[in-house]
Amino acid sequence: METQEFESDVLVIGGGLAGAWSAIAAVRAGARVILADKGYVGTSGVTAAAGPGHWWVPPEARDDAIRQRMDTARGLGEADWMARILDLTWRTLPTLAPYYRFPRDDAGEIQYRSLRGPEYLRALRRMALDLGVRILDHHPALELLKGQDGAVIGAAGVTRPEASPWRARAGAVVLATGGCAFASRLHGSRNNTGDGHLMAAEAGADFSGMEFSAYYTVGPASLPNTRSMLFSFARYLDAAGRELDIPAGERPEPLAEALLKGPVFCSLERTPADIRAIMPSVQPNFMLGFDRAGVDPYSQRFEVTLLGEGTIRGVGGLRVGGVDGRTEVAGLYAAGDVASREPVTGAISGGGAVNSAWALSSGQLAGEAAARFARANPRSSRHRARALGRAGLRPARGAALAEAGDAIATVRDEMNPYDKNLFRSRAGLVASQARLEDSWREISDHGQAEGGRVLSLREAASLIAVARWCVASALSREESRGMHHRLDAPAADDSFARRQRCGGLDRIWTEYERPAAPSRANHSQAA
Amino acid sequence: MIELILNDRCTACGDCVAACPTRVFDMSAEGPVIARQADCQTCFLCELYCAQDALYVGPGHDPAGEIDAEAVRASGLLGQYRRDSGWGEWADDPRHQDEHWRMGSIFARARTMTGTRGGQKP
Repeated sequence: METQEFESDVLVIGGGLAGAWSAIAAVRAGARVILADKGYVGTSGVTAAAGPGHWWVPPEARDDAIRQRMDTARGLGEADWMARILDLTWRTLPTLAPYYRFPRDDAGEIQYRSLRGPEYLRALRRMALDLGVRILDHHPALELLKGQDGAVIGAAGVTRPEASPWRARAGAVVLATGGCAFASRLHGSRNNTGDGHLMAAEAGADFSGMEFSAYYTVGPASLPNTRSMLFSFARYLDAAGRELDIPAGERPEPLAEALLKGPVFCSLERTPADIRAIMPSVQPNFMLGFDRAGVDPYSQRFEVTLLGEGTIRGVGGLRVGGVDGRTEVAGLYAAGDVASREPVTGAISGGGAVNSAWALSSGQLAGEAAARFARANPRSSRHRARALGRAGLRPARGAALAEAGDAIATVRDEMNPYDKNLFRSRAGLVASQARLEDSWREISDHGQAEGGRVLSLREAASLIAVARWCVASALSREESRGMHHRLDAPAADDSFARRQRCGGLDRIWTEYERPAAPSRANHSQAA
Repeated sequence: MIELILNDRCTACGDCVAACPTRVFDMSAEGPVIARQADCQTCFLCELYCAQDALYVGPGHDPAGEIDAEAVRASGLLGQYRRDSGWGEWADDPRHQDEHWRMGSIFARARTMTGTRGGQKP
C-alpha cells in the first residue's frame, strides 16, 4: 500500500485537550502544524466524555492556593510550575470565547472555569482549523522517526480503519497521547492505551512518578458513566441492604475495601430535588445510561464499581525538564496526561481541575517550545529517518504472534484489581511483574500483525509497557505516599520524599532523584 | 454500545463515521453501517453529532442482542443527549442552557449535607 507523506514544522500526536492547545500554540508561534489523532479531534480522549473544571484562581488568591497544593504534593511539587499554570489558565480560557458559548451565572457573571467536554473540544477543533492547523483524524501514530543527529523528526502510523500507512516529517514532535487507562472501562478511555509512552521510550525518553497510578473513580457497575459528581451525595449499602461506613466523595480505599468483600450498592436518594431537575443541563451525559437501562438512580439502588484511571487521573508519565515540556530526547516534547504531572500535583491526583489546567498549560508551553525548536533546527526533508518502533511492530526473534490475545486481559487483571493496584504489596507486585514480563517478551519477541490488527497489537504492547513501568516504580517506592499505598509499608518515609525516574524497554530501571533544591534555576523563565 | 441506525431518519451525511473516536462505522452505498461494534466505547458522542437523531447507543458495555427499534423510537430517548446538550436546533432553547458551571455549588451542597470534604474532582 502506498504511504501517505506529510510534512510540517511541528507534529502534534493526540488531539485531546493538551494536544489541541499545543497545536494552537505552535501555529500561533508561526509554525506549520499537523495535529494527528487516533480518533476524531473533538470526541477522542477522556475530556470528550467528561466536563473539565479548571484550576481557576484569581491572582490575589494564588499564593494561598499554591501553598495548599505544595502541602498536598507531599514534597514533590514545584511552586513555580503551579504559578505558571494558574496564570496561563486564567489568561487562556477567555480567548476561547469566539468558539465557546460561556454561560453566565445567576448574577450575570461569565463562567470560564468549568466547560463541557464535547463543546470544549469542538471549540478547540474550530479554533485550530481557523488558525491553519492541519488535522488528521483517524491517523493513529505507531512509532517515532529519528534523524541521524538523534533528534526526533516525525512519526509514522496507519489510518483507521483501512490500516494504510502514513509518515509525517516535522521539525519537532509533541506527544499528547493522554494517560493510560489499563483497558479499564473508564468512560471515554478506549483510545488511552499508552501509545505515546511506548513511542517515547523507544526514542530514549524516560518517566517519573509512575508509581502514582492507582486512582479510581466510582461509577455504576454495568452502565457507562464516570460523571461522579452526584456520588458526593451517595450512601453505600451491602447486598443485604445494610448501610456501609463509606464517606461520600473521599478517597477510594473505603469503597474498594467493601468491594473486595462483595457487591456494593449505591443510593442517591439524598440528592436534592432541585439538583435532580437540572442534572440534564449540568451534565447531559449523566442520565443517558440510567435512562436507557430503565433505572431511576434517585429512587432505585444500583450496583457500583470503581473504574481504574491508571495514569489519567493518576500522576506519572514522561519526565519533562525545564518549563516547556521537553523530554530527554531532542525534538520531542510531551504535554498533558502523557507527561508526569508531579510538578503541580505531587503524589496525589490533581482531580479534574488541576489536571485540566495542566493539560491546557503544558500543551501551550510544549507547542511554543516545539515551534521554537523547529525554527532553530531547520532540516532537509531528505534527511534520513530511522523508524524506532519495536514491540508489536518489529519482533526481535521472528513473527509468531499476530493478535493481542491475552495481553490486554493480563493488563486488566494485574492493573485494575483493587487488591493489586490500590492496595499494593511487594509480593503482589512481584507476581504482577512476572506475568507482565511474560506478556512483554511474547509481544516484543514475536508480535507482528497485518491490517487492522497492527494497531491493536501495538496498543497491547503499549499497555503492557506502561504497566511494567508502573509496577517497577511501585515496587521500589517502599513506603506509602499520596495515591501510592503499600500495605507492607503503610507510612510515609521522609527518605522517599523524592521523585523517582523509570525507563527502559527490555530491562526496566528505576532511580530516585536527589531531593529537590528549594528554588529552581529556571525560575526566571516563568511567564 | 452502539445498537441501531434508523435508516428512515439517516441522511447518510457521514458525520457519525467521521466523529466516532474509535471508527466504529463504515460508509456503504446505502449509508453508514455499524462495522466494528466491538470497538464501541459507549461514549454516546456519535448521538451528539447526529443531527437527525438517527442513532441509538444502548446502555450496556456489551451488545444487547435483539433491539426493538419501535420501542426505542417510542421511548423518547432518541436525540436525548443532543437536546439536553443544547446542540443544533436546541441551542437557544431556555430549557437546555449550559449549567455545567453549577458543579461547584452542587459539590458544596453535598459537603454541607454529608459532612465530608467530598467531591474534589469535577
